[in-house]
Amino acid sequence: MVNQAEDAHLLRAIYSNRQLQEVMVDFWFNHFNVYAQKDAVKFWLYEYENQIRAHALGSFYDLLLATAKHPAMLMYLDNQMNTAPDSPAGKKHNRGLNENYARELMELHTLGVDGGYSQDDVITLARIFTGWSTDRSGKKGEQQGFFFFASRHDRQNKVFLGQQISASGIEEGEVALKILANHPATAHHISYELAQYFVADLPPESLVNHLAKIFLDSQGNIQLVMDALIHSQEFNDPQYFGQKFKTPYQYLISLVRWGEIQQPNLKRLRGMLFQLSMPTYGCIAPDGYSNAQSVWLNPQAMLQRTGLATAIANGVLNKNSLVEIQQLEQNLGVVSQRTKQVIEQTPVKLRTALMMGSPEAMYR
Amino acid sequence: MTAAGLATGGMLLPIGCNSWVAQQPNTNNPNNRKRLVVVFLRGAVDGLNIVIPHQAAEYYEARPTIAVPYPQQPNGTIDLDGFFGLHPQLKELIPFWQNKQLAFVHASGSPVLERSHFQAQDYLENGTPGVKNTPDGWLNRLLAQLPQDTPTQAINVGVTTPYILKGKMAIASFKPGKNSVAPIPTDRPLIRAAFSKLYSGSDPLSKAYQTGSKARDIITSELGQEMIEASRGAKSVNAFVDDAAEVAKLMVGNAKTQLAFMEIGGWDSHVNQNPLLDRLLPSLGEGLATLAHGLKPIFADTVIVVMSEFGRTVRENGNKGTDHGYGNAMWLLGGAVRGGNVYGEWVGLDQSALYQNRDLPVTTDFREVFSSILQQHLSVPSDRLNQVFPNFQLTNKIDFLV
Repeated sequence: MVNQAEDAHLLRAIYSNRQLQEVMVDFWFNHFNVYAQKDAVKFWLYEYENQIRAHALGSFYDLLLATAKHPAMLMYLDNQMNTAPDSPAGKKHNRGLNENYARELMELHTLGVDGGYSQDDVITLARIFTGWSTDRSGKKGEQQGFFFFASRHDRQNKVFLGQQISASGIEEGEVALKILANHPATAHHISYELAQYFVADLPPESLVNHLAKIFLDSQGNIQLVMDALIHSQEFNDPQYFGQKFKTPYQYLISLVRWGEIQQPNLKRLRGMLFQLSMPTYGCIAPDGYSNAQSVWLNPQAMLQRTGLATAIANGVLNKNSLVEIQQLEQNLGVVSQRTKQVIEQTPVKLRTALMMGSPEAMYR
Repeated sequence: MTAAGLATGGMLLPIGCNSWVAQQPNTNNPNNRKRLVVVFLRGAVDGLNIVIPHQAAEYYEARPTIAVPYPQQPNGTIDLDGFFGLHPQLKELIPFWQNKQLAFVHASGSPVLERSHFQAQDYLENGTPGVKNTPDGWLNRLLAQLPQDTPTQAINVGVTTPYILKGKMAIASFKPGKNSVAPIPTDRPLIRAAFSKLYSGSDPLSKAYQTGSKARDIITSELGQEMIEASRGAKSVNAFVDDAAEVAKLMVGNAKTQLAFMEIGGWDSHVNQNPLLDRLLPSLGEGLATLAHGLKPIFADTVIVVMSEFGRTVRENGNKGTDHGYGNAMWLLGGAVRGGNVYGEWVGLDQSALYQNRDLPVTTDFREVFSSILQQHLSVPSDRLNQVFPNFQLTNKIDFLV
C-alpha cells in the first residue's frame, strides 16, 4: 500500500510535466507531514497527497482546510479522538480533550512557534476541534472519511487568539482555520519556509518580508507568492543561486532525471531513499523532513551519496545499462575547474560516476 | 528527523547482566579514556510512568486509567527506594540499580519552558535554552574541548546530523539497523581514489568526504565481524539493540570512540499510552543493557545519559494518554555513576506544587547534570565549561558521580 503510493509519487516527481507543482507537493507534504506507519494513515496517503497536489498552488486556506479534514491528518495527530469531556459522548465513554493537533496546527502548520499563542489558546483550539473525526465504515455520513461528531463537540462559546467564536458546531473550526490562515504570523512563517526551501537555509529577511506582504494582501494566494519568489532579486542573486544542498530525495530524483534513466527500478530507488534516511512518507515527527545542509551533509552521507552515484552510473536502476556520459554533459550546467580536471584525469569508465557524485550534482 | 525506529514484536536477544556487573579496574588499559553516551528519546517520554512515585496518592488520582499499578500487583511498579519505582518493562535495568550503577534525576529539564517538541529538543541540543539560533550543538562543542586523536572519537548513529552534533568538529557516523558496514562502491580502491581527488579541497563537502573515508575504514574493521555474526541469524531484529552493541564495540575497540549519540523516536503518547510504552520500553531497556554489557571492560569509565525533551502532563488526558508537560526524569547509567539513587528536588504532585497547575516542575537544569559530567568525568577544566554551556554556572547541588 505504502509502496504503491510511494511509486506513484516518485514517478510523478521524475516524469511530470508540471515540475513546479511536484516540487510544491514535496514542500507542502513536509509542511503538513503525516507518517505512513501510524494507525491507518497508509490507506489514505495517496488521496491525501492528491489533495495537497490539488491545492499546492492555490489558496492556503483551502489547503489548510483539506488537511484539517483529512483522515490521514486526523489519525496522525490524534484529533479523531479529541472529545469534549462534558459532551454526551465524552461522558458516556469517559473521553476528553487531546491537544496534539491543535498545538501542531498553530506551531507547524500556521503561526509558527513564535506566533504569539498561549497554552490557553492550544486548549481552546483543541475544544474547537472536538468532534472532527473519521467515519471509517462510511455508514454515518455520505462516504468514508471525515465526519463531524456533534455528540463529542464542546458547545460553549470560545475566545481564541483574543477573538470571540460563538458556539456553532463544525463552523467554529472553519472560523478558527480562517483566523489562522489570514494571520500575519502565518504569512511570515509560510514565507520564511518557502524562502528557506527555494533560496537559502538562512533566507534573507528582505525576501521573507516581501513574500509575507503578498501572502497577507492576497489572503494566502500561493501562486502569487511563488510568482513573487521566483521573480525576486534574491532568488536570482548569484550569492544564493545554486547554493542549496539537495536533500537525499532531491538528489536521487535529480540523478534519475539528469541521466534520463528510462523506467527506473522504483524498488531500488525506494531502498536508496531509505538508506539515506529519507523514505517517502517515513518521517515520524510532524515537522517533516528538513531541507537544510546542516542536517544532510555529514561524513557518512558523503560516502553514501558518492557510492549511490556510482551504482546509478553503473546502471543499478536501469537493468545495468550504463548511463551515457554524453547525456550528462549535455544536461549539465557550469562545471568547476576542479571537477573538470579530475574528470579528465580519470579512467573513462569512472567518469559518469564522478559526475553524478560531483559537488555540482549535489547542489541546486 | 531520523529515529532508529524500534522494531515491534520481534524476537529479543536475552542478555544476562547479573553475571558481569562487577566493576572492572581500568589500570593498564591503554584505552582508558572516560566515555559519554547520550541517548535521546524524541517525542517526550512520560517520565512519571518511568520513574514512578508509587507512594504518592496524587499520582493514582491524576491517572485513573494509565497509572502503573502499585508494586507487587500484576504488572506493577518495580520498587526502587521505597518511594519511587521503575516501569515493569524496564526490568532489564534492575541489576544495574542493585549494583549502584543506575540513577535518575527526577524533575529535570530545560530551565526555559517550551511545550513545542522541536523547540524543546533544540534547547536540549544547542545547550543554550532560551536562545534559538545558536549555530552548533553542545556535544560538538564538547568534542572541541577534548584532546583529539581519532576520526572516530565522536560517533553518531544515524545518517542525518542531529542539532546536538552540528558544528565545526567533524563527527563520524554509521547507519543504524542491520548491515551498518555493508559494502558500498566507494570501498573499491579505484573509485575511492577518484572521489578522493574530487574531494581533496577544504570546502564543506570535501571535509565531510575526507573524514567519512577515514572513519569508514576504522568502523568497517571494527564492526566487520558483526556482519559475519549476523549471518548466523542470532541477531536481534531490534534496531536499537543492534546499534547499541555496535556503539559498544567502537568504544571498547580501536575506534576509541569517546562520545556517542543515539536517538529513538516515537514517544509522543497522546493516545493509549500504556500499550505504546509496553511496546517500546523493553527494546530500550534491552538496548541499554546490551550497551552496558558490551562496554564491560571500560564500564567504570562510562556514563550513559538518557534524556527526552520534556515530561508529560501529570493528569492523563481524555484518550488514555498524556499531553505535553514540563519536568522529566534523566537516566544515568554506568560504572562512573553513584547509582541506586533518585536525585533531584522532588516537590511532590500536590496541586499547589505543579507547574502551571498541570506539570511536574523542573528543579534541576539539564546543564547541571551534563556540566558535572564534563567537569568531574571528562576532566574539562572549569574555566572551559562555558565554551560548551555558555552563560551557565554549575552549582554542584547534586553529587551523582563516583
